[in-house]
This record gives sequence, C-alpha cells and structure tokens, in this order.
Amino acid sequence: MTQTSAHATPHSSAATPAPQPPLIEVTDLQVHFPVRAGILFDHQVAAVRAVDGLSFSLHRGEVLGLVGESGCGKSTTGRAVARLERPTAGSIRLDGTDISRLRGTELRRVRRRVQMIFQDPFASLNPRMTIGQLVGEPLGVHRLVAKDERPVRVAELLRTVGLDPASVSRYPHEFSGGQRQRIGIARALAVEPEVIVADEPISALDVSIQAQVVNLLADLRAAYGLAFLFIAHDLAVVRHVSDRVAVMYLGKIVELADRDDLYAHALHPYTQALLSAVPVPDPVVEQHREQIILHGDVPSPMSPPSGCRFRTRCWKAQEVCAEVEPPLVELATRHWTACHFPDVT
Amino acid sequence: MALLEVSDLRTEFTGKNGTVAAVDGVSFTVSRGEALGLVGESGCGKSVTALSLLRLLPASARIAGGSIRLDGRDLLALGEREIRRIRGREVAMIFQDPMTSLNPIMPVGRQIAELLECKLHLSRRRARLRVIELLEMVGIPSPTTRVDAFAHQLSGGMRQRIVIAMALSCQPKLIIADEPTTALDVTIQAQILSLLRALASDLGTALILITHDLGVVAGMTQRIHVMYGGRIVEKATTQELFANPRMPYTWGLLRSLPRLDHPRADRLTPIDGAPPDLADGAAGCRFEPRCGHRQEICGASEPGLVSAPRHTIAEDGHEVRCWATQPDGWLADATTTAGQP
Ligand SMILES: Nc1ncnc2c1ncn2[C@@H]1O[C@H](COP(=O)(O)OP(=O)(O)OP(=O)(O)O)[C@@H](O)[C@H]1O
Ligand SMILES: Nc1ncnc2c1ncn2[C@@H]1O[C@H](COP(=O)(O)OP(=O)(O)OP(=O)(O)O)[C@@H](O)[C@H]1O
Ligand code: SF4
Ligand SMILES: [Mg+2]
Ligand SMILES: [Mg+2]
Repeated sequence: MTQTSAHATPHSSAATPAPQPPLIEVTDLQVHFPVRAGILFDHQVAAVRAVDGLSFSLHRGEVLGLVGESGCGKSTTGRAVARLERPTAGSIRLDGTDISRLRGTELRRVRRRVQMIFQDPFASLNPRMTIGQLVGEPLGVHRLVAKDERPVRVAELLRTVGLDPASVSRYPHEFSGGQRQRIGIARALAVEPEVIVADEPISALDVSIQAQVVNLLADLRAAYGLAFLFIAHDLAVVRHVSDRVAVMYLGKIVELADRDDLYAHALHPYTQALLSAVPVPDPVVEQHREQIILHGDVPSPMSPPSGCRFRTRCWKAQEVCAEVEPPLVELATRHWTACHFPDVT
Repeated sequence: MALLEVSDLRTEFTGKNGTVAAVDGVSFTVSRGEALGLVGESGCGKSVTALSLLRLLPASARIAGGSIRLDGRDLLALGEREIRRIRGREVAMIFQDPMTSLNPIMPVGRQIAELLECKLHLSRRRARLRVIELLEMVGIPSPTTRVDAFAHQLSGGMRQRIVIAMALSCQPKLIIADEPTTALDVTIQAQILSLLRALASDLGTALILITHDLGVVAGMTQRIHVMYGGRIVEKATTQELFANPRMPYTWGLLRSLPRLDHPRADRLTPIDGAPPDLADGAAGCRFEPRCGHRQEICGASEPGLVSAPRHTIAEDGHEVRCWATQPDGWLADATTTAGQP
C-alpha cells in the first residue's frame, strides 16, 4: 500500500533539490504488530498497523517534530528509526545505508549513532545503579573510552547537562524528575550520537521544569549539531523546538511542512482541528476563539477506515474520501498534505 | 452565603520522616454556579485539598485543622454516614483516571443506575431510562446499547464522559474535577471541556477545576487560585490573573510556557530550581529559593496572603502572598503586562 510514488516523496522539495542528502531517509515504513490467537495452533488473526506507510527525512542538525493523538504511531516510528523495533516493510537509510534489516554488530554500531530519550525518566533508569554507572555504562558497551578515563568523561557529560559532577555516587531516586531527565540525556550523549529520537521527553515534567529541559536540548543541538526526531503531543512545545513538523493520524503522515508554514497555514482538516483544540492561556482569547470540536474517537489501528483514515471524524468528508486514499502530495513549497479537500485558498 | 467555605484547612501526612503538611492554611470560597480554578505544579497540594473536602483521604493523612462548610454545614463535624450522603448527592468528584470511579466488572449504565436507586430512590426501570438520558446528554453515541457496555470496551474519552454522567446523575451543587482531561488527547480534551462548560452552566452546578494547565482554566473558570508548596499564593479573577499577575511564581509560570497565541520566542524562560520539598519546613516564602526578586526577609519569614495594592490591580479580591508585591513591598508599584515585569 504505497501512497507516494518513488519519485515524489516528502524528503525534500521537488522544486529545490536538497543540497545535501538527508541524514535519515525513511521510505514507506511499515511496522505492524501481529495479534495472535489459539492455544494449540497459535496463529496470527490480525495486525495492529501501528505505522502504515510513512516517508520522511531528517537532515543533519535539523529538528523534525512528530505530533498526533495517542496511539497514532509516533513512538513506534521513533523506535523503528532508533532500530529498537524491526520494521515490517520499507526502508530507513542512515547516511544512505539501509539500516532496517541490520542485526548483530552492525546494528549495535547504528544504535550508537541514533540514541533515544524517553518520556519517563523514572522507568528508563536502573534504580540500583549510581549516576556515575548509568552515564558510564554506554561508554563501556560501545567501548568508547578506556576504563580509567571514564570518570573524567562522565564528569564532563554531567556538567554538559547541568548536573553537579559531585553527584556521581548518588542514585536516581535522589533526584527530581527534571534532573532524572538530564541523566537520561547525559546517557544518550555519552556515545556521541548524530540523531536523537526524543519520545515525549518533557511530558512527565512540571510546567516550570519543562522549559529548562527544552532549553538544554536546544543548547545541545547548537553545540553538537545534533538532529532530533522530537515526538510530543504538546503543539506549542513542538512549534518552539522544531524546524519542520509532521502530523500523524492512525499510522500515516497527514501533513508535513516547515514549522511556521504548518502553524500559520495548516491545510489538512485534522491539523486544523488539532491546532484549534489547544487551549490558550488567555481568557480574552479563549472567549472569542473559534474552536473546531471533532466528534467521535480515533478508530482502531487494527481496522482503519477505508480511503482517508480521518474521514470518520472529518467535517469535510465526501464519498470519495471513503473510496480513495488521498496521497501525500506537495501542495505548496515543502508543504505536503494528504487530503481530498485541503484548505488551499 | 457562599456554597462552599473552606477556612484555614490543614491536611497532614504522617510517615517515617515525621509529619508533613501537604495543605497548609488554605482558605477559599465557591459561590453557587461558579467555576473556580485551582492551579499549580505537581505536589503543590491540589488533589489533597480536593480529597480533604469530601474526606476521601488515604489512611496516612488527617485533617489537622480548619473548617469546611457546605451550605453552612460543617463537613468536618459530620459522621461517616452523613458525609457519605453528601458525596455524589451534593458534591461529586471527577478524577483524572476514569477507572478510579468505574467498576471494571459492572456495566457502566448499571453503576450510574445504582447511584440513582440508592441516592434518589428511583425504581430500577426509571433509573435505567434516566441513565440513557444522561448518556445521551454527555454525548455517548448509541446510548441504548452503550448502557450495557463495560468500561474496558470504551475509549478513554468515552469513559470520562461516563464519569461525568455519573457525577451529574444526582444533580449535585458542586462538582470537583481533578485534572479531568490530563490523560486525554487534545481533541478529546476539547470535547470534554466544552461538554463540562455547557453542562455546568445549563444546570447551574458550581465547579472546582483542578489542573496544572493554565490554558484549561483560562477558558473554563471565573476565578483562579494559584497553589505552591501547600499554600495558596495568589487569588484573582481569571481575567485579572492573566492580565495582571502579582506573584513572582505566577509570572514565572506564565513566562515559561511556549504559546501558540504569541510569536515564537528563540528561547524559553524557565523557573530555575525545582518545586519545594515540603518536608524541609522552610521558614520563609516557599518560592524564595527559586525567586529572582527575593530579598533578605523572604528567607526569614513567610509573607501572608494579603490584598494586592489597590492602584496596581483592576479588580478587587486580588490577593498575593509575596513580600515584594504586597502594599509596602519593593515591587509594590511594578506594573506588569501579562506577566512580564
Ligand atoms: N509491542 C506492541 N504490540 C502490539 N501493539 C503495539 C505495540 N506497540 C504499540 N502498539 C500499538 O500500536 C499503535 C501505535 O502505538 P504507539 O505507541 O506508536 O503510539 P503513540 O503515537 O506513541 O501514542 P502515545 O501518544 O500514546 O504515546 C497503538 O495502537 C498501540 O496499541
Ligand atoms: N499518599 C501520600 N502519602 C504521603 N504524602 C502524600 C501522599 N499523597 C500526597 N502526599 C503529599 O502531599 C503533597 C501534595 O500532593 P497532591 O497530590 O495534593 O499534589 P497535586 O498538587 O495534586 O499534584 P499533581 O499535579 O501531581 O496531581 C505532595 O507533595 C506529597 O508530598
Ligand atoms: S516573598 Fe520574596 S521570595 Fe517570595 S515570591 Fe515574593 S519576592 Fe519572591
Ligand atoms: Mg508514544
Ligand atoms: Mg493531583
């Protein structure tokens, strides 16, 4: 089920060819999870089509924001890019090399270049390891720094993320949520990655702490030229951090554009609804704001609707939406949308 | 007379490290039909305040002082049976996780029906019909079949609608909603908030809306109280709080948010440090370690919650707990525009 033809994918504009090949190039990525049944004869009865034909690219030093509702496949996409998940189909090229099928040592080498930061700083750190051990561990796993030089490197990493190097012998539970997230970031940085997949890195943090971590990530990006796949459901945060933004719905990208373009001129009805649903911290604005209230829930990814997957909640849907799946096409410069009735004026 | 009058409420937790006051000297009122927002960061005491109101606290907690009056009756003086009559019937609660209120092994409709049978003495048949009406009112599609569904067969948004239907079932005077949409997607949050807004105003139900999301309270409430470290640190009408915040913590919160309604800033302005550990029992202002405006007195003794200087505010009833912005403080005259002193 290919929705975009090979010669026109949202990797770069057709009009202005990218000067540099992308660092990561994802083409028609699918990740399906089998649903099994049967006791004697275990067999697959269905599949959760968590990610169902995604194409996008990520350039060196770029931040691509990935947004969409719960269950639309953001984490699965991120995990596939970091190769913590094996794609069902499609390719993921890192510097031109397809990494989607790698195993063993080769896979480990890729994992060093693409690191992941998780939402829950509590769950992602081993409670029985000290901060020094936690940050030093990846250095050992990837044999990056000789054992006797490790403490120096660990101290340097802790300083980079704004933690006191004197705290190496303390345990995760002695730190606040924001500090634990910094430990997770230091661990990811330890192996000098080129890409960081940040999966809801600030969702679990307090409002006043979120800004601290967002600023830290911005500093690291500037200092090391890191590229980020930044997954979040907070659209205001995503606008703040991203250069480009991809909006997902039920395993597909429905819109992909440069940040300012997407927020000012969303073309897809789902993106418009998503943006209008964000409550604004200003009572005057809130009183007069027109809101698009979507009806119904997100359908199951086990049996997505025919045609356009958004049609069951879309106020613009016509017959064709149920019959033909709208391809992701470039409607304006670098602005890709998958909709039969996009809001082009 | 206000519908709800809470004065000097103090709720303590006792653990192996001694006693901690999670809610410390909290006073506020809610009028009939009014929507009050209670905002603040994790651990500031919002939920403990809410649970104290209905005496639903865990065993390790106790209400150590103050009074809670509903329609003039002191809820703290009531016996266990009497307070149980108030719960659901006069004051209903909506939690962040709908499964806190739903029984996983009973059809959702039956649960609401039982409430109606027990609290309003409706017959089984009448109760069922009323439940179907309620489900329709909260926007559950095909209510006649969904009435027999189990919670696990419903989406998160639908479960929260069921909980709202349950909360409304006995036409309470007050609904306490503790982060009712925090676990939901934004498009579902928008559905639920607009539903709550419409129902509360149609039925004249008063609402205490607890959230950490300033955007949510901006569109939903008439007044807002900001909490920090177990205390109320600022009280104002919703308009006034956003137009003219007076507490440095509120300034910090408003400034740290990236906002879709403002041009994109290059850098966010966080509040340094972390929320206080209540067990520390600091003597001064609880925000002092993180405050950019502190002076010596701030660490030495705690400011009271007092009226902000008349000439700096547009509406009465604006109170602030801060040495700097109280009438004779060093920032008493600071004019603020939308939290940017
Ligand atoms: N290991 C798995 N086995 C089966 N199904 C899975 C697995 N992981 C994810 N899924 C399903 O795939 C879909 C996409 O999940 P994913 O976690 O990628 O969504 P998400 O966009 O990250 O959502 P959220 O915002 O809630 O984190 C969901 O329906 C989920 O239930
Ligand atoms: N079961 C408990 N045992 C001990 N202390 C508790 C317990 N529940 C709450 N507390 C204490 O009470 C304080 C206030 O907690 P509360 O749950 O009211 O915070 P909150 O403002 O609702 O935060 P959140 O936004 O995370 O829900 C916490 O800082 C915590 O120290
Ligand atoms: S009392 Fe002092 S420390 Fe506290 S908020 Fe006011 S200026 Fe800051
Ligand atoms: Mg996820
Ligand atoms: Mg709470």
